[in-house]
Amino acid sequence: MSDQVTIRNTVTSDFDAVIELDLVGDPAEKPDYWRGVFDRYVTAGRDDRIFLVAEKSGEVIGFIVGEVRAWEFGSEPCGWVFALSVLPKSREMGVGQLMLTEMCRHLKKAGVTTVRTMVDRENKLTLSFFRSQGLRTGRYVELEKPLDDL
Amino acid sequence: MKIHKASLFALYAVLELASDPERQLSATDIADKYGISTHHLAKVLRTLVRSRLVQAVRGAGGGYRFTGVVNRTTLLDVIELFEMLESDLDAPGPRTQAGEAVIDELQSITREIDDLTKAVLDTITLETALNSARHRAKIAAQG
Repeated sequence: MSDQVTIRNTVTSDFDAVIELDLVGDPAEKPDYWRGVFDRYVTAGRDDRIFLVAEKSGEVIGFIVGEVRAWEFGSEPCGWVFALSVLPKSREMGVGQLMLTEMCRHLKKAGVTTVRTMVDRENKLTLSFFRSQGLRTGRYVELEKPLDDL
Repeated sequence: MKIHKASLFALYAVLELASDPERQLSATDIADKYGISTHHLAKVLRTLVRSRLVQAVRGAGGGYRFTGVVNRTTLLDVIELFEMLESDLDAPGPRTQAGEAVIDELQSITREIDDLTKAVLDTITLETALNSARHRAKIAAQG
């Protein structure tokens, strides 16, 4: 088996590996959440919904999920990356960069010219990663407010 | 946003030295490249040496070289050696109770701006800034 990292489309048998790699959120809710994602992004087989994994020596060491979203908030169709994870021991080896580059290729092929993501301001690691890949603050500003005063 | 001259000079120096950590440059080399005061830059470099981002190499052919971690040090790390990026509302006192809510609101807005500014600067490493600068230079060279 090659030691090289390969990026490929996710298949249904990657389900458990993806859940293992998902370090965010409530562990009890992960299977339901990822089942829904697999239904929409793997089984559906649509070109505008992209779910890739990074594999090394037969082990899944990362994943990235993205899609084309159109006309949200008046925006032209645009690529969105909404999930990305790399196995901690495989970080700083260019795995994230390989996955994002491949994701961008797929998105471009699907007809969009821009890729977006949203990251928690405190998540310095992920923000630094996306910035290192050339992403900058975009033209849309995220706004929010707590609803506890209603 | 306006950053202080010292912070700007520090960014020039650190980025210049970090672009080739093996290379030693004098304060004059850096000052000439960016058209800034050698005297002012020398003071800034002393702070950078104390912070261990830069090492002063003595003797003939000596100068400064980068000793930080290029993919871990952020622009904010460098700037905060010289200033805290906090907007000063400069509201003259003493406050009256009637004006309190407006002043508090304006302070809250400046804090929001400061937080965003810091979030940007704290996630751009020297490596990322250098890569972007190289990319810009390449595009400019291609005309």
